[in-house]
Amino acid sequence: MVEYGDIRVVYRGGSKINFRKPVISNDSRFLLCASGESVKVFSSVTEECVHELRGHTGQVTGVLLRPSNHLQVYSCSTDGTVRLWDFTDGILVRTYVVGYPVYSIYASLNHKEVVFIVTPVQSDKRTELFQLVAVNLPQTPDQLVEARDLSAVLSDVSSNPSTIAFGRGGEYLASVNNLKMEIYFFKKNKSYSFSLREYTKNGGKNTFTCIACHPKDDCVATGHDDGKIRLWRNFKQKKEYTYSTLHWHHSAVSSLCFTPEGTNLLSGGVESVLVQWRYNQENQKDFLPRLGAAITHVTVSPDGALFSTSHSDNKITIIQSCVKVSAVIQGLVKGENVTTGLLVDPRSKALVLNGRPGHLQFYSLQRDKLLFHLDIVQQEYIHEAGLEQFEVVRAAFDASGLWLATVEERKQKSAELELNLKLWSFDEQTQSFVLNTTVSAPHEARITAMCFSQAADSQTTTLVSASRDGHFKAWQLGLPAHTDDEGPSWSCDFVGAYHGLVPRCCCFSADGSLLAVGFQEVVTVWNPTSWELLTTLSQPPGDVRNLCFGQLSCSKYLLGSNNKKMVCCWNLLTCSLEWSTSMDVSLLLVDSRSENMAAFCCQDGSTDLFVFKPSEPRPLFSQKAVCSGRVIHAVFTPREVMLESSEESSQWLNRSQLYFLTEFMDLLTFSTKAEEEKLMASSKQLVIDDTVAMTPFYLLLGKHRHEHLGNEESAERTPLPQSSVAIKELLQTPAHVLPATSFLCSMFAKSLLISVTETSHHCFLSSSVSVVQISHSLYRGALSLTFSGVFWCKSYKEFKFYPLKIAS
Amino acid sequence: MGEFKVHRIRFFNHMPSAIRVMAFNSHTERLVVARADGAVEIFNFADNYYQEKVIPGRDGKAVEALCWVGRRLFSAGLDGEITEYDLENLRPRNSMEAYGGPIWTISSNSQGTLLAAGCEDGTVKMFEVLEDRIQFQRNLSRQKGRIISLSWHPTGSQIAAGMLDMIKIFDAETGHATHRLLVERGLQRTSNSQEVVVWSVAFLSDHTIISGDSAGKVQIWDGITGTLVRTHLLTKWDVLVLAVSPDESSVIAGTSEGTVVQFQFISSTVDQQDKQWVRTRTFKSHSHDVRALVHTDTAVVSGGVDTQLVVRPLLDKVEKNTQESAMRKIIFPHRNLVSCAKKAGLLLFQFSDHLELWRLGESDGNGKPGDRLPVKRNPEKLIQLKRKGEDNICCSALSPCGGWLAYATVSSVRLYRLQLDNNISINKVSKLPKELNSVHQLSFSSDSSKLFASSILSSVIVASVKELECKYLHTFKPPSDSRQPVHLLSPSEDGNWLATANTGGEIHVFDVHKLKLHCSVPVCGSCPTAVSIHPFSCSLVSVHADQQIFEFSLKQKEFTAWSRKLQKQGMHPLWLQRDAPITRVTFNPNNPTHILLHDTSMFCIVDQILPLPEEKTRFYNQSVLQSLSLGERLRNSHAFKVYRNFQNLLCVDLMEDHSLVVVERPLLDIVSQLPAPVQQKKFAT
Repeated sequence: MVEYGDIRVVYRGGSKINFRKPVISNDSRFLLCASGESVKVFSSVTEECVHELRGHTGQVTGVLLRPSNHLQVYSCSTDGTVRLWDFTDGILVRTYVVGYPVYSIYASLNHKEVVFIVTPVQSDKRTELFQLVAVNLPQTPDQLVEARDLSAVLSDVSSNPSTIAFGRGGEYLASVNNLKMEIYFFKKNKSYSFSLREYTKNGGKNTFTCIACHPKDDCVATGHDDGKIRLWRNFKQKKEYTYSTLHWHHSAVSSLCFTPEGTNLLSGGVESVLVQWRYNQENQKDFLPRLGAAITHVTVSPDGALFSTSHSDNKITIIQSCVKVSAVIQGLVKGENVTTGLLVDPRSKALVLNGRPGHLQFYSLQRDKLLFHLDIVQQEYIHEAGLEQFEVVRAAFDASGLWLATVEERKQKSAELELNLKLWSFDEQTQSFVLNTTVSAPHEARITAMCFSQAADSQTTTLVSASRDGHFKAWQLGLPAHTDDEGPSWSCDFVGAYHGLVPRCCCFSADGSLLAVGFQEVVTVWNPTSWELLTTLSQPPGDVRNLCFGQLSCSKYLLGSNNKKMVCCWNLLTCSLEWSTSMDVSLLLVDSRSENMAAFCCQDGSTDLFVFKPSEPRPLFSQKAVCSGRVIHAVFTPREVMLESSEESSQWLNRSQLYFLTEFMDLLTFSTKAEEEKLMASSKQLVIDDTVAMTPFYLLLGKHRHEHLGNEESAERTPLPQSSVAIKELLQTPAHVLPATSFLCSMFAKSLLISVTETSHHCFLSSSVSVVQISHSLYRGALSLTFSGVFWCKSYKEFKFYPLKIAS
Repeated sequence: MGEFKVHRIRFFNHMPSAIRVMAFNSHTERLVVARADGAVEIFNFADNYYQEKVIPGRDGKAVEALCWVGRRLFSAGLDGEITEYDLENLRPRNSMEAYGGPIWTISSNSQGTLLAAGCEDGTVKMFEVLEDRIQFQRNLSRQKGRIISLSWHPTGSQIAAGMLDMIKIFDAETGHATHRLLVERGLQRTSNSQEVVVWSVAFLSDHTIISGDSAGKVQIWDGITGTLVRTHLLTKWDVLVLAVSPDESSVIAGTSEGTVVQFQFISSTVDQQDKQWVRTRTFKSHSHDVRALVHTDTAVVSGGVDTQLVVRPLLDKVEKNTQESAMRKIIFPHRNLVSCAKKAGLLLFQFSDHLELWRLGESDGNGKPGDRLPVKRNPEKLIQLKRKGEDNICCSALSPCGGWLAYATVSSVRLYRLQLDNNISINKVSKLPKELNSVHQLSFSSDSSKLFASSILSSVIVASVKELECKYLHTFKPPSDSRQPVHLLSPSEDGNWLATANTGGEIHVFDVHKLKLHCSVPVCGSCPTAVSIHPFSCSLVSVHADQQIFEFSLKQKEFTAWSRKLQKQGMHPLWLQRDAPITRVTFNPNNPTHILLHDTSMFCIVDQILPLPEEKTRFYNQSVLQSLSLGERLRNSHAFKVYRNFQNLLCVDLMEDHSLVVVERPLLDIVSQLPAPVQQKKFAT
């Protein structure tokens, strides 16, 4: 985190939730998982994030329910602390300072107030050696406690948390590392170790990958690289130990877990199938296939009612014990590389980038939630090493968000490149993109850049694609065909070239009247209506890397950066170079809401940011070493609510936010102090009592009620003694002695009547209406869900009673 | 070391017979194996798994069950007879009709006093084991349906019988059935109407009964209450056989898929005593049905339709990375099935029911080592001789001149005069001396004038053969009172000596001219697997089952200096680790210091001049040596020159014209003749 004035770089959304095993609370209502520097508490029913436990200053590396109090949870982090939280209220109870980076945490009921952590061996910092250490947690009422009472238990363990497990209520501890398994008995203070050969006779790799201990029997299950699961028994003898082998997975078993009663063993791997083995009847097994992506962790709730699987595409699936998926918590999918770059959907303001293989994901930054995946390739993804698949490499939205253009390619050999250009139109009825046109092989070589004409009000939209084959093509929506009912489709309007040079970038001006295409060293400016070459601009040496037109008052400027550390600004009215400066700009982008432009310069392994206006000589904002490594993609996203910042250095963040993606796939953004304060305030507001089930509807209603309460604080609202008695009576009387419902109904409604003042009535009315609207938009496009509720509305004299039913 | 012209022969279609049943005697450490053709083979596990004795079978007599009673061996088969074998004379001693139809199983109680036989008609017949025979005692109460498997409780008070759809427990005293355990019919394979066959039962001393059945289940029953404790479903096909370890802590089950599954009696938590049977390891060492299993203290021994005998040591019982912990596969018999007529260039192949006589091919080409020479004349099958009678051939011999052929069965010996010049003729010598009636090894002297035959009581009969006549000359009697059969006969090249070896480990050398014992070689612990007398130096070379080599001078009547040096220095560890015994020793007349040895996997020339390999020297160094220069090669070479280019060797012999005959039997050819295995779904196919 780099602090600069009151602007700092923060992780905002999109952090990994599949980094470590999640934890399910004892009552199966909450699921806790490590996510970046915080612990997120999700509701296992509604998939909503209920709390975010913030406080760690390093990556959270483990979450663990406190064995002696099931409402509290330990978390450990690389910042060298173990923190104890009350997760139902989201309160930090205590911080234990260990002083060494912690990589995983374990505890058992047998060991009171002791946790076991994995830390690096201190003597040698270069080698990656880890040890398992028991930490005595001092029992003091202080908030911040030093926990320095450490004692080593096992040396040479793996830092992967799934390689250590406690067996049979903490009697022993089993750890695997590479080809060795070690079992340590606490009572006898003795350990037994077993090792395997590196390869089996058939060539399978024997390396241990994970371990699980049976809760009742002395049986240890280990997963291996070749997909085998071994069940070890009788391991108290050095020699007479024995194991049996289960083999279903075809590649490495990544996670194993026994159910709390020990009747079943769950395993998962890259096949994205959850396998449930019957303990002692191992040839009977159940499968839950098609979970979407490789399974990285499997956990079971303490009561055995829920399973959860973490997946490599940053997803947690919650599964009922009858092997049925009940909920999916999806984070931002980060593949190996983001080829499409970061885009913003103008309609939903969602961040759009590569998601699952062959898909585009729409990710809401405001709600930190994945909205949906759009299947671009529309082919089944086959998991196989070395198999070439179609991948989405380019995507572009037009200004209104009505059209989406995507390019997918498959490169079996570079000579046989397969390219498809697809154009998608937004369908208002289904609220999703529908394929309009597919152009197979739009170019003969790879497409290097693609952009839509920016003008939102123009009648015809133009798409320009530039390719390595030396051409750029303009595509336009044709007239609707008369013969059949199908709508208009896209076709090629113009093919441009310039002296056989390869176009690398293209850009439309803000009003759509000019198109700039960078052909290596030469920038050409075209008229998109008549397709004539207006002028060429060139500032050798160096190929043009980025091209941007200025916005609003600076729209007369065209900026370009080249690979010879130059940034040039041309004035299009005079067709001359306005200014140029020597700067190695790797990324140049423009904010569509203001004149500001941002340039990322890579220097000495870290990246600097400059924000400037093309017309002004001085940068508005500059920050050295924003992050380590290169920034590969960045985007300005418009804010929903404008920020009122008076400070000059943070004014550029008023209208929009700058998100950027580093080469380590971290999604970062800039945040101002004012913004953070606002966020903290809103998160406090969301704290609610846990007696009521946490539903989105409740959150909204509760919010409004809070506001309501805030409004009425001065007006000293009278409590409702009558009504509460009536409700109590209604709820506590046995059903068979109650009078008829019609009679009760009026009584019940009457009990809710309060003598209301004029103002509060208005407020109530408006709030109920807004509730209806918001909940409607919430459930649009969701699963078939019926919601019924009762709302009251008052005309001036009387209350009326409206049952309401929303279904979609 | 010399070059040879090699006849590489692959037309000996030797086909081993499927293993049907096995039994292990833990006191004598002898394993007895019965094959589908009725042959019974005895392996000595204490002596490097050497195949000591083979009793050939006969037509129509399939062995279904084997049983050791002390040192006596009984078998029963579908012909309804119980047979006891004479292990000294390698023939059935007596047979007794059980009068219950085909017998599926026999089992003796642990005291060795009673023998129970399960019959087709549903009776369990009890026989009393007497000194010289067995005597019918009584029937247990008769059941409907055949008795497939039997197992005695170790105390001998109860007996469990596996039948169709059920297991019955009998009280051995009263003969009444006390429990009836119903076995569930298979759910998976076919319709419910097909009855389930309990192929095997095991009765443990804690009254647990374990059963394996045709529905692929292994079930564990409580024998006191007669209730089912646990079912393990192993396979879609049959569980054919079960075996229990001597300490009853482990049970193995053989299936039709060729797998052997181990169950162990393990306590579920470390400190507690309540144990249960848990399925642990799976061994896959067969491609076809596992029909026979034995669980020794340290190893799992399995055999089946794929004809291989597999000994797989359990790694938790033996030291790791020792010779003991290596898996062994015994595929070929440990005796010679090929006789060579060195002078005439003929080969005699012995099958169980016929003999084949082949003439070797010829070539006049020259070439570099490793080249393939053009064949001028193809090898030619001259005679195929079908045996007479019902008994299988137990041994055969071809005289070096190619003029005589002899073979023997358990009951008779036949001698033929061959004429192969222009028109092939074969004449049976009609009158044989009456001493030649029970023979288990045959050999001709090098000048083809005498026939040697090993006979009863470890004796060797000498007969002269001349012009369609065979005359009894003498019987060599062993000086000791050993009664073990002579399994090796080796007349010397010069015609003076005859070396004999018996399975008791004794080697005697007889003077053929004086017709008396010349000397006896000191007995060493291991059984000799090949003996031969050097043609010039008159020393006897013997190779034993524990891979030791001895050279005994017949003139000085003591071990030679080379032999003592070899014993003092010890054999190279890699030589000792080989698992097949040397089955033939020959000499190279051109190079008197060379000894030619072979087993099924390699062919070796021992040069007595070169230094012996030390423990650290590289043993298999032939490929390295070839890349070195001449001087380097001499410095690095040692006495054992091992060639492993030939695989699955049945015979290597040197002919008169210094060409080498190599008879190979590729495993693929054997596998291709096996019946199709059960169909199994393989991953990614």
